[in-house]
Amino acid sequence: MKTWVTPGGVHPPENKHQSLTLPIGTLPLPEKLLIPLSQHIGAAATPCIEVGKKVLKGQVIAHATGPVSVPMHAPTSGTITAIEHRPIAHSSGMLAPCIEITSDGRDKWKKHEGIADYEHASPSTLLKAVADAGIAGMGGAGFPSAVKLNPGRQRPIHTLIVNATECEPYITADDSAIRERAAEIIEGIGILSQILGNPSNILIGIEDNKPEAIAALEPLVLDTGIRVASFPTKYPSGGEKQLIYILTGKEIPSGDLPADIGMVCVNIGTTYAIKRAIVNGEPLISRVTTMTGDACGINRNYDTLIGTPVSHMLAHSEFNEQACSRLVMGGPMMGFSLTSSDVPIVKTTNCILAPSYDEIPDDEPAQACIRCGMCAEACPVSLLPQQLFWYSQADDQERLEAHNLFDCIECGACSYVCPSNIPLVQHYRHSKGEIQKARAEKIRSDHARERFEFHQQRIEQADKDKEAKRAARREAAEQAKAKAKAAPDSAAAGGNPMGGSAADIIAAAQARAAAKQVSPEQQQAKFERSIAGAEMRVQMAEEKLATASDSSTDEQKNILNAAIEGAKQKLEQAKARLAEHVEQQNGEQVD
Amino acid sequence: MIDTIAQYPILAALIALVGLGILFGGLLGFAAEKFKVEGDPIVEQIDELLPQTQCGQCGFPGCKPYAESIANGDAINKCPPGGQTTINAIASLLDVPAPELDAEHGEEADLKTVAYIREDECIGCTKCIQACPVDAILGAAKLMHTVIADECTGCDLCVEPCPVDCIDMLPVEEGIKEWHWPAPVAPANLIASDRRATQ
Repeated sequence: MKTWVTPGGVHPPENKHQSLTLPIGTLPLPEKLLIPLSQHIGAAATPCIEVGKKVLKGQVIAHATGPVSVPMHAPTSGTITAIEHRPIAHSSGMLAPCIEITSDGRDKWKKHEGIADYEHASPSTLLKAVADAGIAGMGGAGFPSAVKLNPGRQRPIHTLIVNATECEPYITADDSAIRERAAEIIEGIGILSQILGNPSNILIGIEDNKPEAIAALEPLVLDTGIRVASFPTKYPSGGEKQLIYILTGKEIPSGDLPADIGMVCVNIGTTYAIKRAIVNGEPLISRVTTMTGDACGINRNYDTLIGTPVSHMLAHSEFNEQACSRLVMGGPMMGFSLTSSDVPIVKTTNCILAPSYDEIPDDEPAQACIRCGMCAEACPVSLLPQQLFWYSQADDQERLEAHNLFDCIECGACSYVCPSNIPLVQHYRHSKGEIQKARAEKIRSDHARERFEFHQQRIEQADKDKEAKRAARREAAEQAKAKAKAAPDSAAAGGNPMGGSAADIIAAAQARAAAKQVSPEQQQAKFERSIAGAEMRVQMAEEKLATASDSSTDEQKNILNAAIEGAKQKLEQAKARLAEHVEQQNGEQVD
Repeated sequence: MIDTIAQYPILAALIALVGLGILFGGLLGFAAEKFKVEGDPIVEQIDELLPQTQCGQCGFPGCKPYAESIANGDAINKCPPGGQTTINAIASLLDVPAPELDAEHGEEADLKTVAYIREDECIGCTKCIQACPVDAILGAAKLMHTVIADECTGCDLCVEPCPVDCIDMLPVEEGIKEWHWPAPVAPANLIASDRRATQ
C-alpha cells in the first residue's frame, strides 16, 4: 500500500524490546484505588455515590457532566473511603477531586452483559453504550470517544483510521495488546465501522518495527475490507494529523478536525475498549500500561486497573529507587515527570517509565541558540522552532500566533535534536498557556466593558427619569398656581361668581373619590385585615393583663381593662362593617 | 478650438491637468463624505487594550475616559491593573516608547483579586452596590449583599464606601484548569570554554 512521508521527524533509540519479553501480566489487587474525576478532555465527572457506600466492580461512581464528558466506574468491588482532592498525574503536581475505593479483595463484578444483537443495533444505541462505558481516547489525549464517533450528519465519514503507530520509544502497550488480542480488536473495528455508517476505507496504521503485531493482524483482516498499512518507523508518526497524512496524503487544515475532511482516527486501545463495552458490557476500568526502564527489574506490560497507584505498580516490578533518575508518565519524548509515586494510573496512561541515570540523565543546562536550524528540519509540522523560541522568550504573542504556535503538537523532536539543549517544547507550552490566558482575559475584559457601559447607561437613564419627573411636578405646580390666580380674576370680571370654579372643585373631588374607590374584593380584604388586627390587639391586651395582674396597681389594671374594652368595641365595629359590606355585595349580585 | 490647442500645445496639457485635478478632487470630496469615520477609532483601539477593571486608579472615571485622554496625548503608564503588558501594548499601538508604570497611581498586583462580602457583618446599606462599576454586587436595602464573583473585576471601589468594613479583596485561586506551564529557566549565556571550566 502506498504511504506518504511526513516532513521532519527523528529516530531516537526505540528501547521497545525490554518490555516485550513477557506477555501482558496482571498486578495483584491494590488495597486502595484512586479514581480522578477528570481523566479526559472536557468537564469533570460528577460523583454519584457517598463515602462509606459499598460498590461492585463496574458500577458507576460518577456521572458524565454535560455532553463532552465521561462517567467513571468502580475498577473493583469495595467501599468508597474518600471523595476529596488528591494529587493526580498532572504536570502541575496540583490536587484534583478524586474518589478513593478501598478494595474488599473479592473483585466482584456487578451484573453486566453486552448488547445481545449488536450487529443489528442502531449506531445511536451503540454510541450510547460507548458513552455509558466511560470510554475516552486511550492514545493519550483522552477525548470522549462517543463525541468523536458522532461527527454529525453534515460530516459523513469515508475513512476510518485505527492508530497502532505507537511511535514513542519504550512504549509497547498497543504492540502487546495487538499480539494477544488481535481478534477482539478487529471485532472492535467492526463495531466502530458500524457506528460511523460503514466508511468505505478502513485502515490500520502501524509502524514497521512491530512485525509480530502486523503478522497477528493480517490473517484476521482478510475479506473484512480492513487494510493493514505499515510504514517506516519515524518519530512522531503517531500524531493524528501525521498518521492521516502518511496513510492518505491528505493534510488537515490548521484548526480543523479530521472529521472536517471525512476522517476519524481512533487509537487501537480504544477499539479494544469499545469491543469490551459493546460485546461484553464491561465499562472502561482497566487498560494495558507499559512498565519499563532500567530502574525496574521487571519490564513488561500490565493489564492495569484504572486508579492503581503508580507505587503499587513499581512495588511489583522490582523497582530500585536509588537507580531511578526520574519517574515519567508517558514516554521519554512527550511524557511528564511525576512528583510523587502515589498518583494513580488513569485512562490515558500508556506507560510508566522508570529510567536509570544512564538512560535519561538530568537535563544539561541550556545554552544560547546558535541558529543551526536543526529544529526546523526535525519539526514534523514544518514550523520554525527557533523563531518561535525567540518570540516565546520575548512573549510576543502576536508573532507566535502568526508563526502558528498552536499547530505545534509538542512532540519534542526539536528539543531532542537541539545541540544547545534548549527545552524548546517547554517554552512553547508556556507560551500557549500565556496566550490562552490572555484570550480568556480579553473575553473577561470585553464582558466587563459591556457591563460598565450598561451600568453607565442605566445611571444616566435613572437621572434623566428623575429630572423629567421633577420637571413635570414643577410644571403641574405652576399650572395650578396660574389657575388659582386666574380664578379670582374671572370672579372680579363679574358674571358668574364662584359658579364655574365651585362646580369644578366638586367635580374634581368626585373624580378623586371615584379614583379612590376600590373594588369590593379589596374592600372586603381590608375589612378582614382590620378584624384580624383588632383580634390581635384584644389578645395582646388580655395577655398583658394576665402578666400584669400580680404586680401592678388597680389603676394600671383599670387602664388595661379599658384598653381591652376599646379593642373589643373596635373588633365589633369591624365585624359589623364587614357583615354590612358582605350583605351589600350579595344584594348587588342579586340585583 | 482644436486648432487653437494645436497651435498652443501647452493649452492641452493645462486642460488635461486641470480636468484631472477637478475629477480627483471631486472623487476625494465624495469619498470623504461617503466613507466618513464616526468617532475616533484610536480611542476604541486603546480602550480594547485597557483591562476594563473600571477602577479609576488612573484618575479617570473608567477605562474609556482614560483611553480618550491617552488619544489626546496623556501618559500611557497610569494603569496599574494592566501593568507593563498593557503599557507595552499601547506603546506599540501608538508607536511611542514604553515607559515604566507610574508608581503614583499604584503598583501592579501580582495576583488577581475578587471582592468578598462577609455576609454576617453586612448591614445592607447598598453603598457598595452604588460604587460597583459593573453591577457585580447583588442585594437591597437592609438585606445582605453578595458579590457575583464571575463578574467582579477586582477594582477595589466597593471596599472604601463600606461603613462596616465587611468587604475583603481575596486573591483568585488558580485551579488545575487555569494552571499552565511555567517558563523554563532562560538559557545561560555560556560559551564552550565556560562550560569546561564549570565541569
